[in-house]
Amino acid sequence: MLLDLSIRELQAGLAAKKFSSEDLVRKCYENIAREQPRTNAFITIVDKETALKEAKEKDAARTPSAPPLYGIPFVLKDSFATRGIRTTCASNVLRDFIPPYDATVYRRLREAGAILIGKMNMDAWGHGGSSENTDFGAVRNPWDIERVPGGSSGGCAAGVAVRMAAFAIGEDTGGSIRNPSAWCNTTGLKVTYGRVSRYGCVAYASSFDTVGPMGKSVEDCAAILEATAGNDLHDATSAPVPVPSYTAELAGAESFIKDKTIGVPRELFGEGLDPEIRASIMASIDVLKGLGMQVKELSMPLFDYGLPVYYLIAPSETSSNLARYDGVRYGGDRSNFTEETMRRIMIGTYALSAGYYDAYYRKAQKARTLFIAEYKRLLSECDVLVMPVNPTVAPKVGELMADPLANLLADVYTVSINPVGVPSLAVPSGFTKAGLPIGMQIVGKMFAESLLFQIGHAFQSETDYHTRAPKV
Amino acid sequence: MTEQFPTPVIGMEIHVELKTKSKMFCGCKNDPFGADAPNTHTCPVCLGLPGALPVPNRKAVEWTIRLALALNCSISMESKFDRKHYSYPDLPKGYQISQYDQPIGHDGYLEIGEGEKRSKIRIRRVHLEEDTGKLSHKEIDGENVSLIDFNRSSVPLVEIVTEPDMRSAEEAKEFGKKLHRIVRYSDVSDADMEKGSMRLEANVSVSEHTEITEDNLPPYKVELKNINSFRFMALAADYEIKRQREARARGEKIPQETRGWGEAKKATRLQRVKEDAQEYRYFPDPDLPPMRFKEEMVASIKKSLPPMPDTYAAQFVAAGASYESADILTDDMATAQLVAEALPLVSDGKIFINWFLRNRDTNAALSAADLAKRFADEKGSKVTDEAVIIEWVKTVVDENQNVVAEFKAGKESVLMFLVGKVQKLAAGKADAQVVMRLLRSQIDQYTRSSVAR
Repeated sequence: MLLDLSIRELQAGLAAKKFSSEDLVRKCYENIAREQPRTNAFITIVDKETALKEAKEKDAARTPSAPPLYGIPFVLKDSFATRGIRTTCASNVLRDFIPPYDATVYRRLREAGAILIGKMNMDAWGHGGSSENTDFGAVRNPWDIERVPGGSSGGCAAGVAVRMAAFAIGEDTGGSIRNPSAWCNTTGLKVTYGRVSRYGCVAYASSFDTVGPMGKSVEDCAAILEATAGNDLHDATSAPVPVPSYTAELAGAESFIKDKTIGVPRELFGEGLDPEIRASIMASIDVLKGLGMQVKELSMPLFDYGLPVYYLIAPSETSSNLARYDGVRYGGDRSNFTEETMRRIMIGTYALSAGYYDAYYRKAQKARTLFIAEYKRLLSECDVLVMPVNPTVAPKVGELMADPLANLLADVYTVSINPVGVPSLAVPSGFTKAGLPIGMQIVGKMFAESLLFQIGHAFQSETDYHTRAPKV
Repeated sequence: MTEQFPTPVIGMEIHVELKTKSKMFCGCKNDPFGADAPNTHTCPVCLGLPGALPVPNRKAVEWTIRLALALNCSISMESKFDRKHYSYPDLPKGYQISQYDQPIGHDGYLEIGEGEKRSKIRIRRVHLEEDTGKLSHKEIDGENVSLIDFNRSSVPLVEIVTEPDMRSAEEAKEFGKKLHRIVRYSDVSDADMEKGSMRLEANVSVSEHTEITEDNLPPYKVELKNINSFRFMALAADYEIKRQREARARGEKIPQETRGWGEAKKATRLQRVKEDAQEYRYFPDPDLPPMRFKEEMVASIKKSLPPMPDTYAAQFVAAGASYESADILTDDMATAQLVAEALPLVSDGKIFINWFLRNRDTNAALSAADLAKRFADEKGSKVTDEAVIIEWVKTVVDENQNVVAEFKAGKESVLMFLVGKVQKLAAGKADAQVVMRLLRSQIDQYTRSSVAR
């Protein structure tokens, strides 16, 4: 199928006029017609004629020097402000909110010539790991329609998995890109904090929020990041760090990663990890070994404290970030918040209150500092860490919603990364016997996205998991 | 009643809008008064739209340092912005970006009064925050409506908080006027009370103690708010002091409350009772990285500050002006500067200053040199004949032996007192430089001769 091709192949085909952007966009809408009813991945689909018109304009204006994403159809998590297109964050509070401005990442993609197809369903405000905590109906996992796709960027992952667009932009606060990538067999990158501008991304937990690429392969993600990364005058926390040519650096990845060391923290492979996932990650580590990488067992005694640190700081920040939805503006009042969102607002409000601040918020911030030191130590003993994305495969719809604690535990491998700020690449690592996808995380030093891409790309050159798509 | 609670305890909070070109956290024009229509100087950031992010205005931060330095503050070399949460329709984010535990300036002071009444009012903190939008309540087509204008939203706002060091309404008024002057000398704000670019709040209570310390502060305070002139501030504080003394004498417990000034009734009136301590849930704003200031930067801002009113006033008093004259001359910086520049060019500072004040309107437009020339022309020639002057000097030294003794003991400043006495004999016509020189030598001789005796 046309949309199985990588972004590089698509661009080559467009340049050679083997097919047009119009063809790609038509294909997206064909897939949407078939898959949207099954997956409920979209909240808002751009009017087909509008998207086709844009594709035709792009085809007509195409030059030989068209940038890599020119004329390529994509989708955004519905947390990104899009001028003239409603941005709901999957909440009834913003059901009718049409932003008067564009998020920086959207502006950069438009400037790069990419074509927006729609806005994707998610856990409201990013609050969740299953894309069920939404006022627009739960998203379904295309690999098994009875199961959740993961979250909170679940619509993005499901959408890419069934090729309703060539790629997606997600947002990861505690695993929201990596978790659905793993459960939907797509590739996703949680970038270094500050690598991509957050301007225009509706805030969940501002000091953890990262905007990142979700695609069919590492190579695609590299191309997307190249077009979206970089300092932004509208985001004081965006980093003035130059953006490397991630795609060019993939050439010769195999020779570059040879002799680099993988650290495997033993605490992460203990109780609570599904044996099939454990076996899959170990097998993937063997693939990396086969590529000449060294493997070192490490210890991460702080691991268990990742969840409490995350679930104190993130709710604190979200209780503040959601204060603006006071019922005066945007239409919906605060009674529109879901139970899960109210729970997080309550926890955060409590943790920030006088008398509790020291015991909760301040203590969590101190623990966060320890986590930063812990990762620094680990990443001084190796080049990257490898770990599972999730402890289990995708649960059935309703399972996590019925058990809020299980819902939190689903994030155990992803949440401790965000308080630290380091990048983490989620790649398909295999399948269970029942045919459900498994994901592996490769975690690097601050701004080490190049190395993560090189390792991930080399891995995907040796494996074909990422090329498999759900049966349609 | 007065005896029972003799001591008023007053602290002040002053808000000053900075006159930067753009707003505190976005590029919108900072000119809420000059806007053609409501909600025209707005963008996603100052409207607090979902996804919008604040980026701090460097100039506003520098100007806050500047003002803090003018108020003799220490600068927090590491500072940050915090979120202060409260819910109000003019606050679009549900929190105000402010500063909590690392204010840009802290532990400063400002001096008011003269002579024995001179007192130091300590300044607890000077911090930077953003202003809110502006609500107006109107009747439109027979319906009561509340309108919000966000042109003022996120205008840079400096808050200055004093310790409760003022002991009378008069002191509070004097403090306010002095602060107003320093803000204007620092050139960071219009400080227009009418427009609200400078806003005063006084916290007033009365105490049974005569000496107020950290440990015996009254258990309550009444906040006087929304007062737009120094005169009303003094009237309101006076009224409050009287009201509270009477109430407390009757054994009443005064609640923690906010009151405004009703000019019609010449009385304060209740606006809001603060039943509970406010819960603002302050925490560091994760959208704004902490700030670290370089010593050189602070030093260069300090160097760029002009002389403050007190510096000029001291110069004018030394030249023979009264405290009141010096006060008037330092009201605005341009006048103070002009007089200070002209002083070295004139033969007699005291006469010059008095002459200047009498002809202030026409004088203020002149350059320092022209001013000195005009003064010389108008006041006629000076007595420079030393043989004449020495006789006046001798008389003054003989008649003021106590003062001469003080001078000899090292109190240089009394020399101007003696110069004044000589000028009195000379009807202001003696050349001040000659007078001073002769006074010194005469005192010197006098001393030697008295030792010889």
